[in-house]
Amino acid sequence: MTSKTFRIWKRGFRDGVPVLLGYFAVSFAFGIQAAGLGITALEATILSLVNLTSAGQFGALSIIASGGSCLTLALQQLVINLRYSLMSASLSQNVNPKLSTTKRMGIAYGFTDEIFALSSMYPKPLPPIYTVGLMSAAVPGWTFGTLLGAALGQVLPGRVTSALGLAIYGMFIAIIMPGIREKRSVRFAVLAAMGAMILLNYCPGLNLVPANFRLIIVTVIVAFAAAVIAPVPDEDEESGKEAAG
Amino acid sequence: MRTSIWIYIAVMAAVTYLIRMIPITLIRGKIRNRTLRSFLYYVPYVTLGAMTVPAVFHATNSVISAAVGLAAALVLAYKKVSMILVAAFACAAVFLVELIPNLPV
Repeated sequence: MTSKTFRIWKRGFRDGVPVLLGYFAVSFAFGIQAAGLGITALEATILSLVNLTSAGQFGALSIIASGGSCLTLALQQLVINLRYSLMSASLSQNVNPKLSTTKRMGIAYGFTDEIFALSSMYPKPLPPIYTVGLMSAAVPGWTFGTLLGAALGQVLPGRVTSALGLAIYGMFIAIIMPGIREKRSVRFAVLAAMGAMILLNYCPGLNLVPANFRLIIVTVIVAFAAAVIAPVPDEDEESGKEAAG
Repeated sequence: MRTSIWIYIAVMAAVTYLIRMIPITLIRGKIRNRTLRSFLYYVPYVTLGAMTVPAVFHATNSVISAAVGLAAALVLAYKKVSMILVAAFACAAVFLVELIPNLPV
């Protein structure tokens, strides 16, 4: 590793420290929840290490706990994590077009909302080692947070675990708020999605739709409707990219 | 469940990785289809919004503490407080509210 490469890695690692702390808190809550469903600390830790996705992992717990099918799980992950393909597509515009396939495949493992947001703010062309630096901070935070949550979570007082239950939702709100602030169409889309979920959960008849499919159905229909009614203009691509982080 | 947990983990890891890997590996030019681009643009907001409401109201010991925690998160995020602090203060709000005895579940 040349000294310049090391410097960029170090900058990535430093920028990634706040992400590390945030991930630690959220994955701690994930570990607690997983352990509560009978998943061992080892299983939960490996699950976090190989998936590295907050929303997807929390969503998967309900399917795993209820013994759902692998196809349901795969479909659910596809829909919940589809946003990563947008981020991946977006970052494809930031890296050097000549960047090797191997390096693209390597940094892709770390594409989360936060790593994407920080990577996309780096001056183009994005050096992959910067994203590796971010991952070097974020991945241990996510993995060890899960381990400690799963191993020690049960000994925490019920009040503490109850409070930590909100961490993931605080993170979700923080992720979508920039788009909600800046774009009316995003505000409407989010409200429509929430309204549709409330209907599917509580409306007699509609609540017959299996819980595992509600999110999939709502996401596809609302996002497609929004795309048709309020397509994102071309010149918006730069600001849209940041908002998506 | 015990026997197939590793299969679940493998399936979700494979799907999640492929979602992240395929676009950046295949796309070496600009995406031109406007509807597809717009659809992908809205996906994160719609998914995360739908995952939050109404599930958040059952995430804590009481629907009241959850509502206060959610309100705290909304206000702080709106004021552009960093993600970590939004999550931390939302949790703190839940903790404080639950110090009140006899909250409804």
